[in-house]
Amino acid sequence: MMRSSKYILIGILFGMTLFKAEAVSWFRIYEMFNFQSFHMYGIIFSSIAMGILIIQWIKRTHMKSTEGKEIVITDKDKHAPRYIIGGTIFGLGWALAGVCPGPMFIVLGSGYTVLVIFLLSAITGTFIYGLLRKYLPH
Amino acid sequence: MAPQFILDIIAFISQPWPWWVAGPMIALIMFLLLKLGKEFGISANFRIMCAAEGAGDYADFFKFDWQSQGWNLLVALGAVFGGYMASHYFAGADGNIAHVSAATVESLRQLGLDYQEGQVPLIPEFYSWEALFTLPGFMVIVVGGFLVGFGARYAGGCTSGHAISGMSALQLGSLYAVIGFFAGGLLMTYVIFPLIF
Repeated sequence: MMRSSKYILIGILFGMTLFKAEAVSWFRIYEMFNFQSFHMYGIIFSSIAMGILIIQWIKRTHMKSTEGKEIVITDKDKHAPRYIIGGTIFGLGWALAGVCPGPMFIVLGSGYTVLVIFLLSAITGTFIYGLLRKYLPH
Repeated sequence: MAPQFILDIIAFISQPWPWWVAGPMIALIMFLLLKLGKEFGISANFRIMCAAEGAGDYADFFKFDWQSQGWNLLVALGAVFGGYMASHYFAGADGNIAHVSAATVESLRQLGLDYQEGQVPLIPEFYSWEALFTLPGFMVIVVGGFLVGFGARYAGGCTSGHAISGMSALQLGSLYAVIGFFAGGLLMTYVIFPLIF
């Protein structure tokens, strides 16, 4: 139970943050892709800047996880096509839907039950990708 | 009635959070997960849900030890609770409003979405069951959701996995993915939106 509650608490903090920073808003995403405010870029850039410092700190101190194992950050493979093609498809969806996967769960919690359909569509998209995977360029 | 200092704290949290609070907070969430031996990536949950529903019978991509990934479903469940708490207990003084710029209000008007400045809702009206049967609603909810799920898995991650975790770890692949996110987003916003709305 204690193990589960940690992850739920992290999720709550995540949900609160993105909701209160308005990053779950279709209108904020629209504003971002129109380059009309620094807000979303500020969130993304400050998060990456802080993230880089954290990862360097973890690597240089050989920090251990709470399970006692050294924290390893797995390198992603370097073949560009999957990232460019997949990323572009994701970007089309992100701008259209106005929510990326995290905010789908957050907006659902805020009371918009129709987000269940967003989630079912996204799960269907993932399933179709799994079926077509061997035919797609990576 | 709660003591005054509790009400003060609630009022303080209920203000819109500036980017310089939200950004470092997201990095902190990534750190907490790494410290627990996990990697931050929300879209992986869609694959886990497919696997849990038996999609492994249809494609090897869904044959993996999804039970060991249950922690990620808990993070998603927490996000649902977080959204509930933020919208119900920590709503802003003016309600749940997206404080977008005047330029954005004008762009929305040109798209046919009429709002007064300061009154743009956080969540658009077309996130509704009724709108599902209109062209914009269907496109946003069904097509948008599908592209997010398909593209995230094709790219091997979404905003949390690539833009935050991957970029923080200086992964070239994640940079490619983020370039793709923006290429797709700009194409949608400038070329396709005028056709939908």
